[in-house]
Amino acid sequence: MTAIVEEASGSRGAPGTPGAPLTAARRGMRVGRRRALVGLAMASPAIVLIVAFFVVPLVMTFWISLHNWPLLGRHRFIGLDNYVRAVADPGFRTAMKFTLVYTVVITPVLFLIGLGMALLVRRKVRAARVFQSIYFMPVCIGLASGSFLWLYLGQSRIGPLFDLLRRAGVVPADGNIFAGTWGALLMVVGMVTWKVVGLQMLLLLSGLQSIPDEVTEAARIDGASRWQGFRYITLPLLRPTLALVLVFSVAGSLLAFDQFFIMTNGGPANSTITAVYAIYRTSFISFKLGYGAALSVFLMVVLAVVSAVQMLLLRNTDHG
Amino acid sequence: MADTATARHARTAPRASARARDDGRTKPGFLREVRASMPALAWWVVCLCLAVAFLYPLFVMLSMALKGPVEQAQIPPTVFPHAPTLDNFTRLSSVQGLNVFGNLLNSVMVTLAATVLTVVVATLAGYALARARFPGSNIVFFAILATFMIPFQAIITPLFMVLKTLGLNNSLVGLTIVYVTFNLPFGLFIMRNSFAAVPGTLEEAALVDGCGILRALRHIMLPIVMPGVITTALLTFFASWNEFFAALILLTDQDKFTLPVTLTLVTSGQFGTVNWGALEAGVALTVLPCVVIYVLLQRYYVSGMLNGALK
Repeated sequence: MTAIVEEASGSRGAPGTPGAPLTAARRGMRVGRRRALVGLAMASPAIVLIVAFFVVPLVMTFWISLHNWPLLGRHRFIGLDNYVRAVADPGFRTAMKFTLVYTVVITPVLFLIGLGMALLVRRKVRAARVFQSIYFMPVCIGLASGSFLWLYLGQSRIGPLFDLLRRAGVVPADGNIFAGTWGALLMVVGMVTWKVVGLQMLLLLSGLQSIPDEVTEAARIDGASRWQGFRYITLPLLRPTLALVLVFSVAGSLLAFDQFFIMTNGGPANSTITAVYAIYRTSFISFKLGYGAALSVFLMVVLAVVSAVQMLLLRNTDHG
Repeated sequence: MADTATARHARTAPRASARARDDGRTKPGFLREVRASMPALAWWVVCLCLAVAFLYPLFVMLSMALKGPVEQAQIPPTVFPHAPTLDNFTRLSSVQGLNVFGNLLNSVMVTLAATVLTVVVATLAGYALARARFPGSNIVFFAILATFMIPFQAIITPLFMVLKTLGLNNSLVGLTIVYVTFNLPFGLFIMRNSFAAVPGTLEEAALVDGCGILRALRHIMLPIVMPGVITTALLTFFASWNEFFAALILLTDQDKFTLPVTLTLVTSGQFGTVNWGALEAGVALTVLPCVVIYVLLQRYYVSGMLNGALK
């Protein structure tokens, strides 16, 4: 196909070509090279941006992490000291642990509610589409905006959600939801669920719709119950989508920052500091850039390992 | 569907089908109809409850943003504003010495610039990687896709240093460049696929007619890949407008803040009191453009989310 394009476009340049007459093939080659050059030129802004603001920082992360590197003043090579320090650092350990707890709490919540909603709005009626759009709407809202909104919702006494919970007898009238680690965590989980479950629903819905109706119908005819059909036909066929949805939510939760920075401010007593929050504090509050970079490398490794394990598990087991 | 039902009846034990027939005979028609409509009714009830739950926070945001100072502090909180006022919005120009409208303008500029630049850069590169291949173009494509794997939160420390070296720290230009870079993989992926889906004969015809590559791109290809362009623009718009982490770190002067970062100053509150009405007005300013654009262009946004995810 490209050869035809090259030759076709080559023929138009021919009359103006000085010197010895070129064969069609050689002409094609010359124009092909010109086309490649134009292509390179067109791709170059993207390449420059990616190299300057992604590749260079990525390499620098490893380099800086081997140094004692304050914001001002001289940096000094210290080898793997930052990593040794990170492993022993109780603050960072707590942050890592809390990030994992948050991930473990929110992933099944998002997945189960998302799957339930996908099954709910699968109907082929117009109302189902309207409901889909409504449930997906918070996805377009920023995590920061959602956090500010829910911070007010759960605010003691004046917050409407606090008022509802108080009337239901869940919190005492003079209570403060954000005062305890679990209360704060649950508010964040509520906000994030509200904000992103629509995307999970949509991904799972498109996965469900890619399963042909005949397959489930055949199972029905063979006497499978609704649950059996779902368990043994739908779920296994849905596995690629499940893998994707899980990797999405796990990676997202391991990188959580906005919601905790805004809603809990890391408190109470630094108990809701996440990994990214710890990196932010180390690099940009304490200005220990080398140590911050080492923590970043840790986070990248954890992300890579968790994602890889998830992909492997969901690809290899036969019954998920 | 009817076939399925009869087939199942034929296979299940005769007693079960006999009972089913019995039910049909003994129950009066009205009750049977009520029973048959129960699942549909339950579906409506559940869906409507969920819809209320999803819209509730947005309703509360608008309601609070429109309440006057006395009603804002009322305990328990009122549902509807009794005397709706736009005071909270007008007060944003002076809340705690902040000029929120100036910050709104920053957000608008950064977002628009990032969106336009991302679309242009992704379209050019997407065309090159799909149509005008060069040696190594596949490597470039996979390298750019690989940036999906590493989140920018993990490389923020050196990113800050790179911008400082270039004199772009604490500048809206620097922030714009960061947004363009990190929205590029998504946009590039969408644009490359859009160009790859266009039949080659169209472009050949244009080139035979004496069009240059750039003119063919602009006049022939661009109208065809417009859905991809809109999707890229939308995704970049939402991502940049809502971005918080990079803006928080890379901008240090209050007058350069974008809207989401400004709101942190409103919540930090003077003398320990937070002006919740002003905060919700500010949140409404960030949220409403997104909701309006989403309602108008949801087709492109949703398909972009799906395409990007299901690569």
